[in-house]
Amino acid sequence: MLQDKDRIFTNIYGQNDWRLTGARQRGDWADTAAILARGRDAIINEMKASGLRGRGGAGFPTGVKWSFMPKNSDGRPHYLVINGDESEPGTCKDREILRHEPHKLIESALIASFAMGAHAAYIYIRGEFFNEARHLQIAIDEAYAAGLIGKNAAGSGWDFDFYIHRGAGAYICGEETALLESLEGKKGQPRMKPPFPAAMGLYGCPTTVNNVESISVASTILRRGATWFSSLGRPNNAGTKLMAISGHVNTPCVFEEELGVPLKDIIEKHGGGVRGGWDNLLAVIPGGCSVPVLPKAICETVLMDFDSLRAERSGLGTACMIVMDKSTDIVRAIARFSQFFKHESCGQCTPCREGTGWMMRVMQRMVEGRAELEEIDMLEQVTRQVEGHTICALGDAAAWPIQGLIRHFRPVMEDRIRAYKAAHGGGQITQVPLGIPVAAE
Amino acid sequence: MSAHSPIDQIEQPAAFAFDQESEAEIATILAKYPAERKASGTLPLLYVAQKQMGRLTGSAWVPRVAMDEIARRLEVAPIRVYEVATFYLMFNTRPIGRYHLQVCTTTSCWLRGSDDVVAACKKATGIAAFGQSSADGLFTLTEVECLGACSNAPILQVDDDFYEDLDGPRTVELIEALRRGERPTPGPTIDRLGSAPAGGRKTLTDSPADQG
Repeated sequence: MLQDKDRIFTNIYGQNDWRLTGARQRGDWADTAAILARGRDAIINEMKASGLRGRGGAGFPTGVKWSFMPKNSDGRPHYLVINGDESEPGTCKDREILRHEPHKLIESALIASFAMGAHAAYIYIRGEFFNEARHLQIAIDEAYAAGLIGKNAAGSGWDFDFYIHRGAGAYICGEETALLESLEGKKGQPRMKPPFPAAMGLYGCPTTVNNVESISVASTILRRGATWFSSLGRPNNAGTKLMAISGHVNTPCVFEEELGVPLKDIIEKHGGGVRGGWDNLLAVIPGGCSVPVLPKAICETVLMDFDSLRAERSGLGTACMIVMDKSTDIVRAIARFSQFFKHESCGQCTPCREGTGWMMRVMQRMVEGRAELEEIDMLEQVTRQVEGHTICALGDAAAWPIQGLIRHFRPVMEDRIRAYKAAHGGGQITQVPLGIPVAAE
Repeated sequence: MSAHSPIDQIEQPAAFAFDQESEAEIATILAKYPAERKASGTLPLLYVAQKQMGRLTGSAWVPRVAMDEIARRLEVAPIRVYEVATFYLMFNTRPIGRYHLQVCTTTSCWLRGSDDVVAACKKATGIAAFGQSSADGLFTLTEVECLGACSNAPILQVDDDFYEDLDGPRTVELIEALRRGERPTPGPTIDRLGSAPAGGRKTLTDSPADQG
């Protein structure tokens, strides 16, 4: 497991001063100009060599993403846009960077912007993070006043401006093109790709959108070297990662850990163990609500990294896990996610707009058991008809939790249907009682 | 898509003008975006208008005349502002209470007892259902989706502040304090530093001594 000497985020709990003075004591802003003096190519190559994969959920290699930006400007400005719309249920890691490590983010944003030829970066912060945005704004003001950003940022010769843009309560704006739409002052409805943001992003200009954590680790990687970072974790799953535990553990928390550590060890160490002991564990959702749930048997041995979780048909996602003990109504837990996705669908694509409603309504009946056994397969089929048929991944995200539930907890769903039938006299169930609205709720 | 009442059905004020405090904020906001990309100011200006309404009337909402004024400022069609204001949940397109109680009921909070928080909110305010305001006009209760502070679940957001690690009795205490005109310090309501484990840190233990 990760040792304190290898942690990137050393003030994650705000136990020390989060402002410039404290940040400098932790090593932030130490000769930033020297990092920029290495040049764009060297910085991007170092990021590629580190093996850093995007920390927002998709896991795309960050250095490779940076290299997609045009080498020379065709007259249009380049932009770095940082995704701080953290809204995936279970996920609460970027919040800690914003409020307790803001200078690591700003300094890394300068480095990343320089590497991509951008003189301006916007960070899109979810609207609910009002106090977090306030901290970051104070840090930005400090950085301007100290000459660390602005004209000739940190004495590097590079001009760099950093701006906060607040969202207003729409999960979909965490999707990168919806985020760009929102930043342009529109409804957050995803764009078709291509063109990709690197060719045509914010205001039609070359843009890279990175997660807050992906950006924030850059300064430390460049100081300590790609070899250091890639020596942590496992091959293709390099480095450290901010993680969180919520739900039925003794001590829910946010923490930084090495990738590739057994999930069980993480729950025991950081979470203080499952409430009532390990044998009281029912299931874990390992990385935000859109990744499929894992039953206890898999949690016994699975490693916490991209490839290990993928092999179990789940995913690392944001690495913010939700732990559920045996008291949990697992059907209701997943049905709540269906309600979430129904609420957050932007309404643009028919399979998602209508499908999330269908899935939510069927899931609500499954919670009661007011359904036929065959409808479990029908529900699975509906998820397949949404998945992969929409402009963005929200449709997929809505489908996966249900697929995970059916894959691992089908007997629970069947028992509930049988119990409902037994209690209500059996026979064919009236699926939708008359007078109940079935759509457009 | 969020469910808003059609703005035509809400009693609307006849006029709206930004005050001096708002004008200063607007100047700062518009300086962030390229001059020809003023429309980027739509969300921030809606916040400014909502905040001003809260400051001047005690109810933080965005009337249609304010949307019209924002459209005029940003040189966009009014419908562009209406559709943004009704797309994003955090813009209130109808009047709300003095305190906006926003309780998260998504799974992480639900697992840690958000049902108790909801029940306590209803009991302490007399509100019967989500979306309603208390009879005295002090409180509006809204069910919200994940607030992104799951390790400190369950969460109740009051206006801009998160109150964390709640249970039923502490929720009632919080609401009673608000009723007395107090603003308790936001953050965990149990003995815990931020998102560190209750009972003390398990990492970063050999880092320099706390500076406070």
